[in-house]
Amino acid sequence: MRREHFDIAVIGGGPAGLAAATVASEKGAKVALIEREPSLGGILKQCVHDGFGVIRYDQKLTGPEYAQKEIDKLNKNETTKFLLTFVTKITKRSSDFVIQFVNRSGADEIEAKKIILATGCRERTSKQIGVHGTNPAGVLTAGTAQNYVNLQGLMPTRKCVILGSGDIGLIMARRLTLEGAQVVGVYEAKSAPGGLTRNVVQCLKDFNIPLYLSHTVTKVFGVDRLNAVEISKVDDKMNPIAGSEQIVECDSLILSVGLIPENEIAKQLCVPLCPYTKGAVVDQTLMTLTDNVFSCGNALHVSDLADYVSESGEIAGAMACAKIKNRNLVNVTKNKNLLYVVPQKINLDAPLDETVFYFRVAEEYENAKLTIYADEKVVFSKKYVHLRPPEMERLKLNLEAYSDCHGFSFVLEVGV
Amino acid sequence: MKELICIACPNGCRLTVDEKTNAVSGNKCLRGEKFALKEITCPTRSLTSTIATVFDDCPVISVKTDGEIPKDKIFSVMKELKKIKVEKRLKIGDIVIANVADANVNIVATKNM
Ligand SMILES: Cc1cc2nc3c(=O)[nH]c(=O)nc-3n(C[C@H](O)[C@H](O)[C@H](O)COP(=O)(O)OP(=O)(O)OC[C@H]3O[C@@H](n4cnc5c(N)ncnc54)[C@H](O)[C@@H]3O)c2cc1C
Ligand code: SF4
Repeated sequence: MRREHFDIAVIGGGPAGLAAATVASEKGAKVALIEREPSLGGILKQCVHDGFGVIRYDQKLTGPEYAQKEIDKLNKNETTKFLLTFVTKITKRSSDFVIQFVNRSGADEIEAKKIILATGCRERTSKQIGVHGTNPAGVLTAGTAQNYVNLQGLMPTRKCVILGSGDIGLIMARRLTLEGAQVVGVYEAKSAPGGLTRNVVQCLKDFNIPLYLSHTVTKVFGVDRLNAVEISKVDDKMNPIAGSEQIVECDSLILSVGLIPENEIAKQLCVPLCPYTKGAVVDQTLMTLTDNVFSCGNALHVSDLADYVSESGEIAGAMACAKIKNRNLVNVTKNKNLLYVVPQKINLDAPLDETVFYFRVAEEYENAKLTIYADEKVVFSKKYVHLRPPEMERLKLNLEAYSDCHGFSFVLEVGV
Repeated sequence: MKELICIACPNGCRLTVDEKTNAVSGNKCLRGEKFALKEITCPTRSLTSTIATVFDDCPVISVKTDGEIPKDKIFSVMKELKKIKVEKRLKIGDIVIANVADANVNIVATKNM
């Protein structure tokens, strides 16, 4: 069998994959971009609200507008696009990879020297959060509701309860209200909202939609179709408090209980994953611990801004074209006040001049101080007035002076 | 004194406005000050939504107001969007409804069909 050969295969045509493919093509690589849907843009196609591109374009764009800008950039270069094409398996060989996929003409394969995984993330479902009761229609994720309303023009609900205060849930609370549905309330088990503060303001407060913190859904009722849910208060360990139950009538329960990086292909390739991000462990070039396999965008770690997703795609695209001869990896460790730091490794033999770090805090903190050490030397320190887990932080550092160190550590001190 | 959250960018700065002197604090940039002063006099928002089309491959098209509208006009603009069906293939920026609900803004497409 003769397979077409590429320098780089990018899996996923969302903003991460688009940016990776654009940069790699600009650098002269022969690139294949593979996307399972009929058009490029990824999840942005259904995000009709605005707020994208504030950093990258200094403009408030809607999701489809942001995606179109990225697609236009891609189209300035030669890239082989495979649409309606689902990657089923990638196999590593001694010096390259075989990518198996299915599309309308059946199953086929291509070869590539390097792989960039830009497969995005998926939403947690009710199975993963343990709601009891019947299994009626009307329990759906916020992303599914978003797809119905914004792409198919269908209303999945007249009266709903939203469980979880992630950004997509907040945005859908507003969207469904605008379209005439009644959103009884947004219920969040944690004691702080999961989404950005601005979304609590412009999606809930603006429309008088109540937000109940430290509350969760404990039961669903209904035989064919959901007709009510049971809401309970929870204690500080998020366990339901007996006696606090109340029944709320509704036809739908919409879940916005978190996003997890999509890494089925990475797992097949035995790419080690990070327990904190649930994405691949990478070095600053965004190469995973499997040589020549890169990861970017929400497949790597869930970002709250598409702008950062595009940035990580660009890093992966550029680094997949760079000549990295050696991997001399040291660890980037963190203390417990930090939820995660990406990258988790630094390759001391790769470019260190522009190293981009993304991190999230474990809890909300006021007056915290971050210090980054290379062994015992202080590389960087910064005071933050306010840090919240939903808001990812980004830092760009020059690590050239530390190319002989044994490891980096991120230490966040709180209450300083 | 009034406490506000700036919604002009994802930073979500916590602002304090003195209604008497119009002094704003807590903003990381000038947009925050502009936002606060408008919010205490005439709060405005941009609106994004969808409009039904006649096309099977694209049953709705995403749209936005090309400027901000007073907050209390949001639902009257939504009502106008429900009244029409797009019959022409549109591109990003094409005007779908001019001067919608007399709010001095246009409804424009945000997607290439
Ligand atoms: C429902 C939902 C709503 C969101 N809303 C927002 C928002 O409002 N604002 C925001 O900033 N962020 C939002 N996000 C986060 C959003 O995912 C990122 O901003 C951004 O779109 C991530 O880009 P990406 O390229 O990493 O992933 P995606 O945009 O998800 O793109 C991944 C692409 O990979 C393709 N793919 C996956 N597996 C395969 C395979 N095996 N073969 C072929 N193709 C494959 C998918 O079809 C998809 O097109 C949302 C996420 C979700 C899930
Ligand atoms: S003040 Fe400036 S930085 Fe802060 S949220 Fe508003 S626009 Fe963003």
